[in-house]
Amino acid sequence: MRYELSETQLLLQKSAREFLASECPMTEVRRIAETPTAHDPQLWKKMAAQGWTGMIFSEEFGGMGLGLVEMAVIFEQMGRFLLPGPFHSTVTLAGPILEATGARTLVETISQGTALATVALVEETAELHPAVWQTRATESAQGWRIRGRKLFVPDAAVADWVVCAAQREGELALFLLKSDAGQLADLKSMDLTRRLYAVEWEDAPAELLARGQAAHMALEHALNVATVALVAEMVGGMQWILESTVSYAKTRKQFDRPIGQFQAVQHMCADMLLWTESSRSALYYAAYALQERLPDAATAVSVAKVYAADAYRETGNRGIQIHGGMGFTWENDLHLYYRRAKACESLLGDNRHHRERIARHVLNGSDSASGSEQKGNGWLSK
Amino acid sequence: MDLSLTPQQQAFREELRAWLAQNVPLAQPRSARETMQERFERLRCWQRRLYEAGWAGVAWPKEYGGRGASLIEQVLFLEEMARAQAPPLANTLGLALIGPTIIHSGTEEQKQRFLPKILSAEEIWCQGFSEPNAGSDVAALRTSAILEGDHFVVDGHKVWTSYGWAADWCALVVRTDPSRPKHQGLTYLLVDMRSPGVQVRPLRQMTGESEFAEVFFHQVRVPVGNVLGEVNAGWEVAIRTLMHERATLGATLTVVYRRSFDRLVELAKERRRNGKPLAEDPVIRQKLAQAYTELEIFRLNQMRAVSRASSSGTPGPEGSILKIFWSEYNQRFQQLAQEILGPHAMLEESSPEALDSGAWAYGYLRARGNTIEAGTSEIQRNIIGHFVLGLPKSY
Repeated sequence: MRYELSETQLLLQKSAREFLASECPMTEVRRIAETPTAHDPQLWKKMAAQGWTGMIFSEEFGGMGLGLVEMAVIFEQMGRFLLPGPFHSTVTLAGPILEATGARTLVETISQGTALATVALVEETAELHPAVWQTRATESAQGWRIRGRKLFVPDAAVADWVVCAAQREGELALFLLKSDAGQLADLKSMDLTRRLYAVEWEDAPAELLARGQAAHMALEHALNVATVALVAEMVGGMQWILESTVSYAKTRKQFDRPIGQFQAVQHMCADMLLWTESSRSALYYAAYALQERLPDAATAVSVAKVYAADAYRETGNRGIQIHGGMGFTWENDLHLYYRRAKACESLLGDNRHHRERIARHVLNGSDSASGSEQKGNGWLSK
Repeated sequence: MDLSLTPQQQAFREELRAWLAQNVPLAQPRSARETMQERFERLRCWQRRLYEAGWAGVAWPKEYGGRGASLIEQVLFLEEMARAQAPPLANTLGLALIGPTIIHSGTEEQKQRFLPKILSAEEIWCQGFSEPNAGSDVAALRTSAILEGDHFVVDGHKVWTSYGWAADWCALVVRTDPSRPKHQGLTYLLVDMRSPGVQVRPLRQMTGESEFAEVFFHQVRVPVGNVLGEVNAGWEVAIRTLMHERATLGATLTVVYRRSFDRLVELAKERRRNGKPLAEDPVIRQKLAQAYTELEIFRLNQMRAVSRASSSGTPGPEGSILKIFWSEYNQRFQQLAQEILGPHAMLEESSPEALDSGAWAYGYLRARGNTIEAGTSEIQRNIIGHFVLGLPKSY
């Protein structure tokens, strides 16, 4: 039994860290965040050249075929450097749905770095429950048409393709649309590094990817993968806040001594370490459990998301508090992480959603050895 | 990262499971009104049974009666014991803290002399660190030992000594050189509790029981051969004991806490409010899910710490994270149980209406001690601040 990363995984961590330190320093993050879409095509090309855009796709779909633990290793570094833009939505949310539904050509172009894609799920109530989604698909002589309005769609302005969940004759179905088929509105989310949109379609042409059970399973799988990646980003962000704050507490002096000598400050730092390391334990277990298809994988993902969401926010609270007035300025980078923390907490199922998912497992025992996806402990069952 | 067990570890676990399935029912059952002393004798018999079957000291060297397996097997052992609801072992401190310290710092003669009898529960150990004026600042302790020929003569007063009333031996930290800085004048002694001049007085806790005691030493003669490590180098030895305390306790607790949690879930399904099972109340579901989340984090942190200790060989200051986590978790959990179960949860064992023989009332009160025993939460956070994060010492 070995919980720690292997030598190869540590090398991957090091190379990801070095790449991001040189290609995505904070000056770049701020520059990209100020562009209308928070996306930099040049940076995207460089990441594609690393093979990152295809990291989790199978080799037959043009990917690198890395495991989810390796994915978490890279995403932890992305979260640490606050990588802006559509990487998370394209690679971990849209990609796995497209792969699971056999959209080989599109996955290949994503792997090559020449296509971007996103996923449109929730609507007016922001609930991650297909039963409340109103968007409808109808079939005509010209093919499928989509009508409806989706909210919180990440990076829709730069995506070439949108995967959309819609009702088709009373069952869930997943469709693929060209991104210019709908009307976009920037939702002005507090996370400056990642844009969210409302997307509205009026009889837009679409291609059917999957329906019924197959659609449910593809979506469940993608949501699990995307959540692990998101938690990895959260852990990386926490680590950055922890290190910046501890280093500030060692140098900032008041009453003729470093503020880090005061127990009130030390104990806040100790809690930040406890939250960060505990989130990391949960992250790597969730990634491993999902990768190895352990029976408690779905619950492990929710446990990691719930814990890390609270931990990232609280780490941000303490980090800003310890920085005092400087921590509250626009100039200090802390608020960029603090904003990201809130977005991570709210997206892909908020804590209420995930706690209920855990409660179903704990109180109804609905996980089983055959995997949770068929047994109703999914994201989507009410 | 690879969390699977090796075939040998799986075989170890299966063999142990089979043995426990056969032997746990043969252990003498707990009687309703047994005294602490009767309980202790019962646990001593149980430990002897395990020792004779080769299960005591799983990770200890074979030449001293152990099994010579790795830390992973040791943790599997603790987990399986808890899972089988086996009685605990009598010699808790000897097995978890003092034995490992003797293995690391003892002479060959000391190892031969003490280790097998720790395993067989023939000699029960207690730990004499804290004093009335040396709690968190344990290095300020004043119990003195003065060398007279080939003996140290010990005078002083120890407190919070768990199982002091049952112990045959004491791992005692004393001041041998008051002229040196406080951490450098301490010595670690192995003291026979039957020596003339040792007096033990049980202390009653807020739960009503007396797990611990005060121990008085008056002109107690200890042979120089019973110094563990070097004279005036006792602090380093003591720290090792404390790190074992923080690192190993968790393995048993993960399973014990899981059992309590499962029982609370069972009760939440059975008991009704407003005509509906508590388990259908959305607020209670959220709170139980939060408790489960924290319990899982504790299990995973523990697994990670064991994995790290088994590759690095010794528990590190990260043990402080575990200690903070389990103690604060248990307090939150016990409060949640009170909240879910309502007024019945405060009834003690002697109440005719007690729930689970008063276990919830006891659990709530006992948990209050968790953030104090084995190093307060404040001291653990100081340790993390200074030794892990490198912040300047505050004292």
